[in-house]
This record gives sequence, structure tokens and C-alpha cells, in this order.
Amino acid sequence: MSLAASDVVPGFGDQPFWLIVIKVLGVFVFLVVMTLFSIVFERKVVGRMQNRIGPNRVGPWGTLQSLADGMKLAFKEEIIPLLADKPVYFLAPLLSAVPAFLAFSVMPFGPEVSMFGHHTPLQLTDLPVGVLVVFACSSLGVYGIVLSGWASGSTYPLLGGLRSAAQMISYEVAMGLSIAGVFIWSGTMSTSQIVAGQDHRWYVTSPLIVSFCIYCIAIVGETNRAPFDLPEAESELVGGFHTEYSSFKFAMFFLAEYINMVTVSALATTLFLGGWHAPWPIHYIWAGCNSGWYPMIWFVLKVVAIIFVFVWLRGTLPRMRYDQFMHLGWKVLIPINLAWIMLIATVHVLRSRGWASWQVAVTVVIPTAAVLLIWAIAGEAKRHQNYVAAAEEEEAEARLGPAFPTPPLNLVVPKAPAVARASRARASLPRAARRASVSQQGDDDE
Amino acid sequence: MLAPYMPIVLLFALAFAFALFSVAIAPFTGPRRFNRAKLDFYECGIEPTPTPIGPNRFPIKYFLTAMLFIVFDIEIIFLYPYAVANKELSLFGLIEMLLFIGTVFIAYAYVWRRGGLDWD
Repeated sequence: MSLAASDVVPGFGDQPFWLIVIKVLGVFVFLVVMTLFSIVFERKVVGRMQNRIGPNRVGPWGTLQSLADGMKLAFKEEIIPLLADKPVYFLAPLLSAVPAFLAFSVMPFGPEVSMFGHHTPLQLTDLPVGVLVVFACSSLGVYGIVLSGWASGSTYPLLGGLRSAAQMISYEVAMGLSIAGVFIWSGTMSTSQIVAGQDHRWYVTSPLIVSFCIYCIAIVGETNRAPFDLPEAESELVGGFHTEYSSFKFAMFFLAEYINMVTVSALATTLFLGGWHAPWPIHYIWAGCNSGWYPMIWFVLKVVAIIFVFVWLRGTLPRMRYDQFMHLGWKVLIPINLAWIMLIATVHVLRSRGWASWQVAVTVVIPTAAVLLIWAIAGEAKRHQNYVAAAEEEEAEARLGPAFPTPPLNLVVPKAPAVARASRARASLPRAARRASVSQQGDDDE
Repeated sequence: MLAPYMPIVLLFALAFAFALFSVAIAPFTGPRRFNRAKLDFYECGIEPTPTPIGPNRFPIKYFLTAMLFIVFDIEIIFLYPYAVANKELSLFGLIEMLLFIGTVFIAYAYVWRRGGLDWD
């Protein structure tokens, strides 16, 4: 039991100060570069999906576009609305950006490497409750958003901020519950030990696959990305919580959004996709793929793959309605999640009491999965029925005609008396004279 | 014992310094051209709606969501230690946890039935 055994995860107790500084700088630079990369990557990929080229002017193949955008933002005028609550308005971007950076402090990039003759894990730090650090930081980010909306003293940001906060806390529940399954399976909350536990088999290939699916849905809601980007639904709320922000303050929100995207992708990689371990067949071909600095390649590749899925979703799916979105979060993801956690705990206990995998599968996993599936299908069928009934009712109402007094809809506006007189006079003339009178009126009529 | 937290503090310092520097320097790098209309709050260019004096008001629905979040977040907090100690607690822990989740499920069903999860 790692929690009782010690407060320090092995390997992270006694790092020299200079090493910590190097790692901190490394993580910081990694996050900033990943942000710049993700923005260009997203625009390029979405562009291709929409049959466009995407940014291609700044730098080679447009790769420096986001850097140029950032520079441009620095030289833009900063406008603070008169009604803004100044201190909070100033604080909100900081509250958004700083926790986004902090969440990455426990992400494992790779195994133990040698850095200037000092053996150290390729990870900033780790705690027995490592994943909770990520979780705490992502919760803190909500403050930045809700306070920015509130402090702007304007209606759109207020509504956007509230929506965003409600959305983030709703999906945080789903996210937290899906992670609980991983803790049951691995028996630890330390990120490095969770990755170590996936040495032979990624957690996504176990019954945790359902947790993984729920986690993937939840992180899209958590990061306010399409199709769940309701807080910044352009057609409704302009830009959402950051409508009143400009210049570098706006850049901070943008930075935080993309760092959060990278963070949840990295967490998905760490918890379910084997962390920095090489993808399955590579291990057999190349024995050294899981040692030294190489694992960082696998880690970054996996993170980029998940970011690609984010972009893919944005390019493919239309935005959801808010009530549908809340329905999905509270009435679908949470019950399935709770049921699945109980199932995972049962499976784990039965396995530790000597049951074989197939026995567990036959007695627990398959029946539960079947019940959940039937429940989901029945719920969907009922919703469809309700929808059809409502549509039929509406149609019947429409057939009855409008229920309120309406003016006749086939009225024609009569011509102005002068125009009517002129056209009557023209009609009475012989054809040649009529043509002459028309050409006199000017070129417009020709 | 506090050694593993040291890097987090350092990263916090760096991130905070970066964010504060960026936010503080913005007014000096950008131009400043005064225009009364810019300082109004933005409502798509139409005449802004007069807002009530005092703190902004918002629908009570969000408050309910926040309360529900607290209920479920506390459930999660109870689940995590159990999840980590799952192996040691074995069958006893499993039954206890099933009872706990069952109890919370009753509350959840009640909220669902009363329409607390509906959003209109």
C-alpha cells in the first residue's frame, strides 16, 4: 500500500536543485511549444478537412503562424471596459493560465535517464497522489473562467462564464469517476507508478476501456472544445467569457485553453494508453525502445494523436444544444460510470480471490455490460418515441392553421398613384413611341 | 518529506512570473487611442442594455448544478481512497462500497425524478 508506506515516490525524494531548475524550464518550454504547435496543427488539419490549405504564409509551411499571432497580440491595444471590476478583471487571466501550467508538473515523459551524470526520472516530480494534482489544477482553472466572466461587467461574458463553469464542473464529475477505475486497477494514484503498471499491457485493453471512452468524452466537455464548446458558442454568446478581454490578457486565456488540451491528452496517455511505453509491436522489433530518451517520442506521439482526435471532432461534429449536453453529462455518463466502477471493483476482488478471467467475464462483465447496453438502447428508443410524438403533435397543430388572428397573407401592395398613371399612359401609346419613352428614362431600364 | 513539492513551487513561480509579466507589459507595448465607445461593454454594436446596479444576476439553475457537483465530488473523494486500497480491503471493502454507491444512487434517482437534472 503505497499511501501508508511513504510520502515520497521512489526517485523523487532528493533531486538536486540545478536539476529541478532544468526540468522546470523543460516543462515550461514544452508546454509553450506544444501550445504554438497545437494551434497551427489545428488550423492546418481543420483546413484540410474543409478542403482548404490553412495557414501557409508565416515561416515554412505556415508553421510560425501562431507565434506571429502571439506577437501581434502583444502590440494590440488593451481595452478595459468601464464597468469591469478592475482587480478581478486583472487577476482572472492569471488564475486561468498558472494552474494550466502547474497541472503538467506530475506528467511522466519517460523512464530514468542520465542527465549530466545524474540518474533521474524524466518527470518533474511525482507524489503518492499525483493524479489529484492534475485534478486540483484543472478545478482551479474554473475560477479563472467564472471570474473573468463576472468581472467583465457585461452580459455575454457573464453568461459564457457561467455556462463554462457549469459545464466544467458537470464533466469533472464524469472525468473523476472514470479515473477511479484506473486507481482500482493499478492500486496507486502516482502517475509514474500507473505508467509502470502498464509495462506489459495498456489499461485500455482491460475492462477499463469503458472508463477510457467516458474519459475521452468528458475531457472534450472539460476543455470546452467542439462539439461541447457551448461557452463560446459564437452565434449565441460572441466569444463567451473572454469577449471583453484583449491584448495579452486574451492571449493568456488562449494559452490556458490549449495547455489544458495538452494536459488532458497527456493524462489520457498516462492513465490509459501506456504513458511513455512504446506502442505494441515496436517492443518486439526494437529492444531499446523503452529506455533512455526515446520514450519521450512515444509520449509526444500519443499526445499529438489525441490532439488530432480533438481537432477531428471539431471538424466533424456540429455543436450540441445545452440541454442535450447536460443530459449527456448527468444522466448518461454518471450512471454508466458508477455502474462500471462497481463492476471493475468486483472484477478486481474476484481476480484476487483466484477466479479465472473467463469465469469473471461470464458471471460479471458480460451480464453487466448487457444490462447497461439494454438500458441505454431502451432510453434512446424512449427518447426517440417522445421526439416523434412531439413532432406529430406539432404537425397536427400546424394543420389546424394558426391559432391567433393573422391578417390575410396574399395582399399585394398597390402601386403609387403617380406610377400607376404613368404606366397606364405608356400602355395606351403605339409600340414605337413606347420604346422611345423607355429609352429616354435612362440606361437602368435597358 | 516536502522535497517532491519543491518543483511544483518552482514551476508555479515561473508560470506566475511569466503570466504576470505578460499581463503587466501589455498596456505599454500596445497603442493607446482613447475612444469613449471602446470602453462600453460589447453587445454586438447595438445600444447596450442597461444593467442593474450591484452584482450581476444569473439564473438559479447554475446554483443547483453547483450543489449537485458538490454531492458527487464528495462521493468521488470517498471513492479514491477506497480505489487505491481496493486490494487490501478485498471483499469487505467491496460490499461496503456497493452499499455506499447504492445510497448515493438513491439520492441521485430522487434528484432525477424531481427534475433536478433537467435543463430547459
